[in-house]
Amino acid sequence: MLLGNERKWTDYFTFCTDHKVIGIQYLVTAFFFYLIGGALATAMRTELATPAPDVVTPDVYNGLLTLHGTVMLFLWIVPAGAGLANYLIPLMIGARDMAFPRLNAIAFWMIPPSGILLISSFFYEPPQAGWTSYPPLSLTTGMLGEGIWILSVLLGGTASILGGLNFLVTILKMRVPSMPLTKMPLFCWAMIATSLLILISTPVLAGALILLAFDLIAGTAFFNPTGGGNPVVYQHMFWFYSHPAVYIFVLPLFGAISEVVSVHARKPIFGYRAIAYSSIVISFLGLIVWAHHMFTSGTPPWLRMFFMITTMVIAVPTGIKVFGWVATLWRGKIAFTSAMLFALGFISLFLIGGISGVMLAAVPFDIHVHDTYFVVAHFHYVLFGASVFGIFMAVYHWFPKMTGRMMNEFWGKVHFALSFIGMNLTFMPMHELGLRGMNRRIALYDPQFTDLNVIATIGAYVMAVSTIPFLINAVWSWRYGEKAPANPWRALTLEWQTLSPPHIENFEELPELITGPYDYGLGYTAERDPEELYAHAVPAPAS
Amino acid sequence: MNIPSPILTLLVGIFVTIASLWYGQNNGLMPVAASQEAELVDGLFSTMITIGFGLFLLVEGALLVAVFRFRRKDGDEGDGEHLEGNIPLEIVWTAIPAVVVLGISIYSFDIYTRMGGLELMKHDMGGPGKMVEVAYAADAVPGSSTSALGELPLEGDLLESDLSEGELISEAGLGAPVEMADSALSINVQGLQYAFIFNYPDGIVDGELHIPVDEPVELKLNAQDVLHAFWLPEFRVKQDMIPGQETRLVINAIREGTYPVVCAELCGPYHGGMRTQLIVHSAEDYAAWVDERMAALDNGEVIASLPTPAADKTDAEYLETFVDPLQLAIAPESLTALRSE
Ligand code: HEM
Ligand SMILES: [Cu+2]
Ligand SMILES: [Cu+2]
Repeated sequence: MLLGNERKWTDYFTFCTDHKVIGIQYLVTAFFFYLIGGALATAMRTELATPAPDVVTPDVYNGLLTLHGTVMLFLWIVPAGAGLANYLIPLMIGARDMAFPRLNAIAFWMIPPSGILLISSFFYEPPQAGWTSYPPLSLTTGMLGEGIWILSVLLGGTASILGGLNFLVTILKMRVPSMPLTKMPLFCWAMIATSLLILISTPVLAGALILLAFDLIAGTAFFNPTGGGNPVVYQHMFWFYSHPAVYIFVLPLFGAISEVVSVHARKPIFGYRAIAYSSIVISFLGLIVWAHHMFTSGTPPWLRMFFMITTMVIAVPTGIKVFGWVATLWRGKIAFTSAMLFALGFISLFLIGGISGVMLAAVPFDIHVHDTYFVVAHFHYVLFGASVFGIFMAVYHWFPKMTGRMMNEFWGKVHFALSFIGMNLTFMPMHELGLRGMNRRIALYDPQFTDLNVIATIGAYVMAVSTIPFLINAVWSWRYGEKAPANPWRALTLEWQTLSPPHIENFEELPELITGPYDYGLGYTAERDPEELYAHAVPAPAS
Repeated sequence: MNIPSPILTLLVGIFVTIASLWYGQNNGLMPVAASQEAELVDGLFSTMITIGFGLFLLVEGALLVAVFRFRRKDGDEGDGEHLEGNIPLEIVWTAIPAVVVLGISIYSFDIYTRMGGLELMKHDMGGPGKMVEVAYAADAVPGSSTSALGELPLEGDLLESDLSEGELISEAGLGAPVEMADSALSINVQGLQYAFIFNYPDGIVDGELHIPVDEPVELKLNAQDVLHAFWLPEFRVKQDMIPGQETRLVINAIREGTYPVVCAELCGPYHGGMRTQLIVHSAEDYAAWVDERMAALDNGEVIASLPTPAADKTDAEYLETFVDPLQLAIAPESLTALRSE
């Protein structure tokens, strides 16, 4: 029986405007680039297993480094977040599609060319100036590679602006009439905050990159000191985007974790309002902290103090979230599903990254560790913790909805154990390396740092191995996995109140909200079939 | 949400406090503190580590306890308690981080002031006679394709004339600028791919930094080609070197010895090889070193010695790889061009 929810595999290679197809297109593309970014990282760690630059030449190392950073940020976290948002937002708010379906497809179709362009540069002239691409270095390492880098990031940035606009309008305008903002899933709140940030800050990055391109290609001197330009101005423009960008990267995953923790602990999310509003506060504060990346860049003293204080203040709303998640677990009925394990990993790693983040905000300490491996450790705890653990968590949780099949839990746990061990082995020693004097972005280092680097490299290999069980599990389960019911986790948010995978138009009839998104413990799930919670919910398919 | 029994809370509190105080003092993560600034920063660091470690124990502890105590039993389809929030608790955990970060901010501000961070603002920047030296060596790197020097059009004239008006002298750095008394030592540091060149008073030029102990030394930092960063890990200070803009550091060594000088800002492929040493001498040794260099200057001998790589010669491989690009980058001819008079 065809329930109207079957998609042909070829649909995924077309300009399809169904948000669910686009969501999966984004996610699969993101995973593809994650594997590339991970391979680049493994190559770097292999080089760093010994102090001498013996595996690749230093130029190649810098190419690997630049591509790794750029790929992980613009082709992994951002598209994966956008993919989740695309898939989930209309389902969560009971809409049939996004507000601007065609714009949505256009936004996605900018990502593959952007990525392929970037990766291809590796074969003739990789950009070498790091993902920050500071001038004057970026103006001197080769015009072709740098030009490609700029073009690729501009494409990605444009895609992200189009996506952000779409998410914002969809959430604000297309909720079912019975859903006030305060009954909206927290993932949607997080996406409002993310979209606001994207819309405000990404254009500034575009501005910086266009000016940089003029310097590079047309020989102007906006940032080029030999013509009287000021390279520090680039840093201000760059970080005005790129600090908020950190929140663009992690906020969607903060949203996702709020969903997962509550369902798998069977408890209402603790402090719904606090978690919802803290996303908005974070995005506001995120806009006024950029110069904490520039404490040693010739920033005047009073500005350093201003940015130190604003940066510290962000710890408060972020802390509220972390405490809220922990309190949600407390007295819950915690199921050790793979999704929950990744959520727990996310919280622990993010906590460590958050603590080192507050330390970095303190100017005198940051002056010592800026541009060292301490910073590399810090941002991987935040970005790796949030992105890899958060995205895998989301996949284990929503895979049944997306594919109509369950993933294998045993291999999920193996995947988790390997990732968690590998992650800590790789990045924990980097804190000490940085404090002791190892600067970042180097292919050759002082031999006194060898031992800790060897540990980090072993960790990176463990992580590389950890993706194997996941990949096999995902591909195998997609085809042969156990059939998933409509609502395998007995969750209360709307996306679970339709078929798995959902109808082409999501809901046969638009659902009406009876419970809040996290009303566990009120007897709804215990006494009533969750399918009946919604007046017009679609019955589960007979499998 | 019930608060656990007071006695248990107290015990946990005591344990966490003791553990974090111990770790804060005994983590041994920082290298030797060889400057006054380092001692200040280390105080801040151990305070933050103490607080951070305590927080880590509390939150990870709560997580672990939760996942073991509140595991779902097989076949239990029920829900947890319907707990949506707890206002007093939420206020407490908003207030605690707020107070902590406020405390750390005030402490950091104090340390930063004592390191002379704010002193610079009072100083009259870039008055007449404070011309910044901008050395340049346009063709310094024959045949090196990896270096930017050959490609970046270093029209030094423009740069120099701009700077002589004192417009681009940065206010940034650390430490009060040393009064320009005769006794005060002020060294010009030039960053270039991939070396630091130190211009001492009286025309001494060297690839290594020599300073006397227990005396403030002013460093004026300039970059010739791209951004570099001057970092002394054992001194806990770092400052970017920006082409076209002078920045400063004042350092106060408190221990004799040899310490690494590291470039911390990505400056090209051999960024990792851009390092040299800082030698802190006793006052007499320093005077002797100066005399020796002056004598060499008078005899028209070498004006500079290349940085000698780390004293630890065990890893010959390493030394080779890092000396090579270095010699490539600062050919002896270009050193002549870099002399500051
Ligand atoms: C798969 C495991 C990973 C490993 C082994 C790894 C390792 C590394 C290494 C060795 C560096 C270079 C550090 C340096 O030389 O300064 C680096 C830089 C970086 N990584 Fe990763 N990384 C991993 C995953 C990630 C993820 C998931 C993200 C973000 C989502 C990420 C973002 C970055 C960024 C932004 C940089 C800085 C690049 C730059 O300085 O231009 N990495 N990583
Ligand atoms: Cu350098
Ligand atoms: Cu460098």
